Amino acid sequence: MNLADYAHSHGLKQVGVRPKFIEYLGQVWQRRDFALTMSLYASEAQNARTRLGRWWLVLLPSLQALAYGLVFGLILGDLRPANFIPFLITGVFLFSFFSGSFSAGAKAITSNGGLLRTLSFPRILLPLAAVIREFINFLPQLALLPLVMVAFGQDITFDWLYLIPIALLMFLFSTGLAMISARLTVQVKDLGKLVPFITRLMFYSSGIFFEIDRIFAGYPELLAIAMLNPVYDFISLARGALVNDMHMTPFLWVVSSLWSVGIFLFGVFYFWRAEARYGRD
Amino acid sequence: MDAIRNAEQKPVVVVDDVHVIYKVFGTGKKARQAKGALAKKSRMREVHAVKGVSFVVHEGETIGIVGSNGSGKSSLMRAIAGLYPSTKGAVYALGQPTMLGVGAALLPNLSGEKNIILGGLAMGYEKKEILDSTKAIVDFSGLRDFIDLPMRTYSQGMSARLRFSIAASKKHDILIIDEALAVGDRQFRLKAEERIRQMRKDAGTVFLVSHNMKSIQDTCSRVLWIEKGELLMDGEPKQVCEAFIAEMEKGDSE
Repeated sequence: MNLADYAHSHGLKQVGVRPKFIEYLGQVWQRRDFALTMSLYASEAQNARTRLGRWWLVLLPSLQALAYGLVFGLILGDLRPANFIPFLITGVFLFSFFSGSFSAGAKAITSNGGLLRTLSFPRILLPLAAVIREFINFLPQLALLPLVMVAFGQDITFDWLYLIPIALLMFLFSTGLAMISARLTVQVKDLGKLVPFITRLMFYSSGIFFEIDRIFAGYPELLAIAMLNPVYDFISLARGALVNDMHMTPFLWVVSSLWSVGIFLFGVFYFWRAEARYGRD
Repeated sequence: MDAIRNAEQKPVVVVDDVHVIYKVFGTGKKARQAKGALAKKSRMREVHAVKGVSFVVHEGETIGIVGSNGSGKSSLMRAIAGLYPSTKGAVYALGQPTMLGVGAALLPNLSGEKNIILGGLAMGYEKKEILDSTKAIVDFSGLRDFIDLPMRTYSQGMSARLRFSIAASKKHDILIIDEALAVGDRQFRLKAEERIRQMRKDAGTVFLVSHNMKSIQDTCSRVLWIEKGELLMDGEPKQVCEAFIAEMEKGDSE
């Protein structure tokens, strides 16, 4: 009898192999408290090291919006969208959640070596915890948005409540995104260097400070592609809910929902496929 | 197979011809290599750390692992824990082995207490269970005065104490302790050894990697000697430890 048969005949299981997908999801569900608790603690720890602490969560994106507003407001001149400040702030705040999740996901595995070398648990909990942490950090910005709208003369409407399903779709989408970037940066370290570049590219192509349909008016093919960009779709939905004279269209809802569910499912599956490879350096 | 010796006893861990090969990237040029930007860089090196080790561990055994630095002990332990899957061969176990190694803090920016809670949750504790056990874990570690400090401020010894206390708080079928006690002080080491003997009584299997021969002989029922990635000797603690010490002293006098 060889050793493998001997082990199997006594009910031993091979260690270090990837569990089946359903089994894996079961383990993740069983340890969901780990992801939740870790994201809460990590958020607290992040904010505890500066004097202004939590205030940075709204201060930083506000300063960013101010800088972009000054620079691009001047450059764009007459091409500046109507209700420029509410338009811009909605874009900058939402974008900061996407870029935060993307880069947190990229670091979720590579920066937790101590944990990975010591304990075995479903590794997907790490990028998941990273996105939950980003979402917790995003909540104050989300709460600030209605205040900004009122301050800059936007109408108070029930449409604001659409922010809740929009935020949930964004969460799904970002989770998938973080899973993908978490695996990619483990397998190809060089991609970690590209993260800021990709983020920049997304920023300029998602219409954060300009109206895509006006800038691309002369190029219908480019416009069609730009309209399918999920980040643009989420931001447009939020603007439709918040900013006067902007509208949520069924097209935007359908495209962003498909992206969210699609990227989420793909991300989880894609991350699981390489489960046995994380923490191996 | 001669690894299967006591056919009537129940096996807990089966290590079947395990090889561990690391691929190390980014070693850069050799320190004394010539010249010029176009010289060929050694971009990747393979390190064959474990070369075909096989053995079977039965219920109720405490296994000591000895061997010189760089002999492949830790690599073998990580393969058994499933943290670094073997390149060739396989490890089979009854349940998921838990490994306790030396090294950095789990989550350096969080307090000791939060590390206890997160470590417990990652090991599969329920939230309520770990909250209830936190006090006992802190008491065992003897770090009550430092428990609210971030773990990055802990010394190696304090960090090892905390991690051992977390791991030892739960009943493990298989626990691997990789030199985690070496940096602790004598008092804590004795306390930890007592705890390990207790686990063995509860039918847990413990692997103990250590350079402290007394510690190994006091706690283990069987000792494996790993050298250059191969299993050199496997037997009674006293016998193997004496052979190992003799070999080390021979090396010194040469």
